[in-house]
Amino acid sequence: MKRSGDKAAADSPAAASAAAGGAAPRYAIGIDLGTTHNALSWVDIAASDGEATVHGLLPLPQLTAPGTVESLPLLPSFLYLPHADELPPGELALPWAAAGTQVVGEMARRRGAATPIRLVSSAKSWLCHAGVDRRAAILPADAPPEVARVSPLEASVRYLEHLRHAWDQAHPEAPFAAQDLTVTIPASFDPAARELTVEAAKAAGCPPPTLLEEPQSALYSWIQASGGAWRKQVQPGDVILVVDVGGGTSDFSLIAVLERDGNLELHRVAVGEHILLGGDNMDLALAHVVARKLAAAPTGAVTLDAWQMRALTHACRAAKEALLADAQAPAQAIVVPSRGSKLIGGSIRTELTRDELTGTLVEGFFPQVEVSARPLSRVRAGLAQLGLPYAQDAAVTRHLAAFLARQRGAVAELEGFGAERLPADASFLHPTALLFNGGVFKSPLLSRRVLDTLNAWLAAEGAEPARQLAGADLDLAVARGAAYYGWVRRGRGVRIRGGTAFAYYIAVESAMPAVPGLEPPVQALCLAPFGMEEGSEAELPALELGLVVGEPVRFRFFASSVRRQDAVGTLLDAWAPDELLELDAISATLPPEGRSPGDMVPVRLHARVTEAGTLELEAVPRSGDERWKLEYDVRGERTGAA
Amino acid sequence: MTQSPPPSLLSRIGLAFGAFFGILGDAQLAARFVALRGGADPAAAPPPAAAPTPAPVLKQAGPDAALQLLALLQRDARLIDFAGESLAAYDDAQIGAAARLVHEGCAKVLREHFDIVPVRAEAEGARITLAAGFDAAAVKLTGNVVGQPPFSGSLSHRGWRVAEVRLPRLAEGHDARVLAPAEVEL
Repeated sequence: MKRSGDKAAADSPAAASAAAGGAAPRYAIGIDLGTTHNALSWVDIAASDGEATVHGLLPLPQLTAPGTVESLPLLPSFLYLPHADELPPGELALPWAAAGTQVVGEMARRRGAATPIRLVSSAKSWLCHAGVDRRAAILPADAPPEVARVSPLEASVRYLEHLRHAWDQAHPEAPFAAQDLTVTIPASFDPAARELTVEAAKAAGCPPPTLLEEPQSALYSWIQASGGAWRKQVQPGDVILVVDVGGGTSDFSLIAVLERDGNLELHRVAVGEHILLGGDNMDLALAHVVARKLAAAPTGAVTLDAWQMRALTHACRAAKEALLADAQAPAQAIVVPSRGSKLIGGSIRTELTRDELTGTLVEGFFPQVEVSARPLSRVRAGLAQLGLPYAQDAAVTRHLAAFLARQRGAVAELEGFGAERLPADASFLHPTALLFNGGVFKSPLLSRRVLDTLNAWLAAEGAEPARQLAGADLDLAVARGAAYYGWVRRGRGVRIRGGTAFAYYIAVESAMPAVPGLEPPVQALCLAPFGMEEGSEAELPALELGLVVGEPVRFRFFASSVRRQDAVGTLLDAWAPDELLELDAISATLPPEGRSPGDMVPVRLHARVTEAGTLELEAVPRSGDERWKLEYDVRGERTGAA
Repeated sequence: MTQSPPPSLLSRIGLAFGAFFGILGDAQLAARFVALRGGADPAAAPPPAAAPTPAPVLKQAGPDAALQLLALLQRDARLIDFAGESLAAYDDAQIGAAARLVHEGCAKVLREHFDIVPVRAEAEGARITLAAGFDAAAVKLTGNVVGQPPFSGSLSHRGWRVAEVRLPRLAEGHDARVLAPAEVEL
């Protein structure tokens, strides 16, 4: 067993002190580094025993207004870059720092709503946006030249630093840098975004983090909250679908339940692609519906300015929550406050009706579609794309249908998941259980709709309906699950297996004679097979590539979430457009070291998945034991179109 | 406090007799004597009746917490805007619309910064009995207030008590008197 040495490694003083710089960690800390919010949870390692953990959430002190510090459970993922004259000196003091020049958290969110040109938001979505240089100071994207911009990486560093300081202030006895740290990422994060997340953690003074996919983290939290009862709620043969709709992204994962040696095992068998679509889009969509209604009002059209529009979005969120909580209420009043001090005279009153809510939210984002439905247009990041590649189809259910159909064969290889689990004529993978994550699903209307839609698909193919796993903590599951995972990794509970959810390939030019006017055909060489576990290495492919010493070389790089059989060294001549997704290119420069520049060195490319969960690629020459690391090119340049 | 010299034996005999009858006849004096024997600081004992009563010390609450609360109520509930406006020019529908904002915002401020719990858990209208030594600061007696406890009456208001206050911390030099800064759009 690959993992058998883990517990010993974590417990041995040498390993612990190497990781922690002195003492063995007292806490397993989990950070949900979210698109819109961050949260930090912990498990007290010394006080926990088996599935009974001592755990909690760290209240996060942050500026909520100039000179005002409050502790809130969440740290909004916003960074505000104030003008030098904007605030009196000393107003940005935090409990651990006299004064900064940047603002993180709630005050940044509020302040930025009125001055968006100085607000950095959704840094995490930019971190995995392959169309831009993630280390370049490009945010805020629409800032005027005089604003000193920051890079998506730097923004993530700021949030992590803030969390580290908050911890150190609350726990002077257990410094953050000496604790065990897990940071969550979307399951769909590509290798470059994973590596950037680890890099951000290091730059923020964090201990070396372990990465955990968010849907898995949600499942860990559910396991932890069940206090052992989860074993009664799932059976071998179950396929759990995790539907995670966060503030800015939607993420799907499939986790199969197996029985091995009398124990239940969980295997994450598939993850979805990165969909930039979340709860914030829903509030904005509602605000636009109401704004259109105001603009067409028979008693006199009201046009809202940008400030009022933001206030309306805020009011729509509150109205939405009220309507979703009370299924009988026909409408909820909305008041857009005046900007000036004349509140009564200047406010605009309107309402959000149930029909508008159902039409926009339920039918717009969760339409009851056929399983054959597909998102209207698949988004691909292109060179010309400067903004974030938001999903063009808002229908979460259509994205879900596409995901389940693409992953039809996800469990085919697993023991006990043969033809009896999935009939040969099934058009999609049949989940048996459903776990929700994300505040959106606090509304039974929306979770019901997803469950009903899925069950209609299952019924159409003669399968049993899926059941909803109860007891999920929709807002904080990801942070809680991350800390719990840190605990589980020490050998104290059930662990979700599965390894990498992608197979990785590089493009090699095929050795065919060139045909004038045609691009030379490329083949895809598999470097890392599907399902590599953390801490494991792929074998060396037989194929050698010639690298020129001293000259940078770039490879086109691809991932596949469906090709589970390809072994290292497999050469693909052709593939379906859906099978391989092009990622950031990878590049390497071979240092001359004892060779003359310009020499051709035959190398083989070697893949390794680190303990942290990142993919490392190295070039290994035929002779000698040198290794050169290949870098992900996160500068947003592609060597060619996919 | 200046310490007077200890009394002589003769004067102590006189004092003891006086004390005997004084304690026997005066319950207040007896209580003070018991407290004194129990080790209480004589300085903390009520001053003798003959001494002039010092003026009661009324503390002045610092304005910062009040200003902070006002700033929060203005920020989240627009309370100062609302209270400062004359209602004369508006109809009830307009006032009602603004009141929704104010109500929602006030509720948010109270919820986020205070844990407010009822003083009495009983339902309003219930008959309750107050034993002797009840906390007169937490329960207000009204109406036919006569006789000795236990008092029996009907609960007309449950009362509110703050269990926890979570006011924001302020930076050194932060001017809390600015409840809401003027806004200038550039």
